[in-house]
Amino acid sequence: MADAGKLKVRVDRDRCQGHNRCKALAPELFDLDEYGNAREKGDGTVPPGLEEKAYLAKSNCPEFAVEVIET
Amino acid sequence: MSQRPPVEDWATDFDHLHPQWINDPFPIWDELRQRCPIAHTDRFQGVYLPTRYADVRAVAYDTEHFSSRRVVVRESPPPRIPTPPITSDPPEHRPARMVLLPPFTPDAMQRIEPRARAIANELIDKFVGRGSCDAAVEYAQEIPVRVIAHMLGLPEGDGDLYRKWIHQVLEVGITDPSVLLQAAGEMTQYFMRHVRERGESPRNDLISYLLSAEFNGQRMGEEYAVAALRLLLIAGIDTTWSGIGSCIWHLAKTPADRRRLVAEPALMPTAIEEFLRAYAPVTMAREVVKETEIGGCTFKPGQMVMLSFPAANRDPAMFEDADQVIIDRKENRHAAFGLGIHRCVGSNLARLEMTVAVEELLKRIPEFSPAGEVTWSEGTVRGPRKLPIRFG
Repeated sequence: MADAGKLKVRVDRDRCQGHNRCKALAPELFDLDEYGNAREKGDGTVPPGLEEKAYLAKSNCPEFAVEVIET
Repeated sequence: MSQRPPVEDWATDFDHLHPQWINDPFPIWDELRQRCPIAHTDRFQGVYLPTRYADVRAVAYDTEHFSSRRVVVRESPPPRIPTPPITSDPPEHRPARMVLLPPFTPDAMQRIEPRARAIANELIDKFVGRGSCDAAVEYAQEIPVRVIAHMLGLPEGDGDLYRKWIHQVLEVGITDPSVLLQAAGEMTQYFMRHVRERGESPRNDLISYLLSAEFNGQRMGEEYAVAALRLLLIAGIDTTWSGIGSCIWHLAKTPADRRRLVAEPALMPTAIEEFLRAYAPVTMAREVVKETEIGGCTFKPGQMVMLSFPAANRDPAMFEDADQVIIDRKENRHAAFGLGIHRCVGSNLARLEMTVAVEELLKRIPEFSPAGEVTWSEGTVRGPRKLPIRFG
């Protein structure tokens, strides 16, 4: 796993269909719009300690819309 | 249950109304996935059945070759009864869907939750002292009926009527179109009356929201609102009823999982997702509108495709120990609510109802076990219809 503070999450807005799995698993990292579609919070930077949640969000997205980027 | 001609070979002659499929479809799908991953039947005027996750996904994503104008496999194509957006294709689909999304976000569900918990407890009050109940009839089926009535602003006591229509549309109507049409007509009349009432005096409910919603640059008309209401009622009841029933069925026959959930309530969200994966209630369908090839199989126009999310969810190529129910499964990209643009609009509501139903039952009745024969629905939504359990 990458070092703390060096990960970013990103939601592909074209792929996201609003399953809400990322928000349920990692509410600190994602926001929902008025239609329930997800986007990363801020610039997507994963605060230290939330790395595992970032990867959980990715591996539970049915649309493969969540990316974890190692910066 | 209707009498069905015997199935010669599930790969070339499958029948989703056959008793063997209704009682336990999983071995059929597992065998097909090995031997013939895209099965076909000449029954129902020709239907394909992909059982691999990848193929189900490919069909769900391909709106060019596979249309949603027919989403239920029936004995004969019924007269069109559009229920947008589930029966819509691009480009009409998107605006029809957008207008339905805001009332079903997780935030909106939080406002429903207290009433959902109260409903669960009112139901438990009726049978808790008796030592046993039919968890499908007295609990699972009552929750979605009352919750959706609450959301729509309709009398919760109209539930019997809703259940009758759903049975007619999704079960009897598969083989008898006249029953389907009669039910659709009754629903239209019922909703039109309530829509007109809300038109005159709006309230704080979903019907009033629909009437005031902007859609394609104008207010949603009465007729369109009625069509949307028909969809919400049909899609929102026996699906969740089945989901709740399957959770309770699993917990009745698996004391280790039940006790673990009582001891570790924080596992509930993961467990609910796993129940959704393993016992996904809903199978949708598409109509092939242009010839194409997927998974080495040619799909011919005019034929239907069963979009078996339940079969996809049991594919070992996608899920480790796919045939095992693992309530703390970490990676779970299940397709219970569909994939692609038709993802179930009510998925957050379904999750809320399933979670509330299981939590409240376990709080009041932590120990229960099977107490007789379980029967299953037939058709495109799978769940227990009789589920006798004994407490203690």
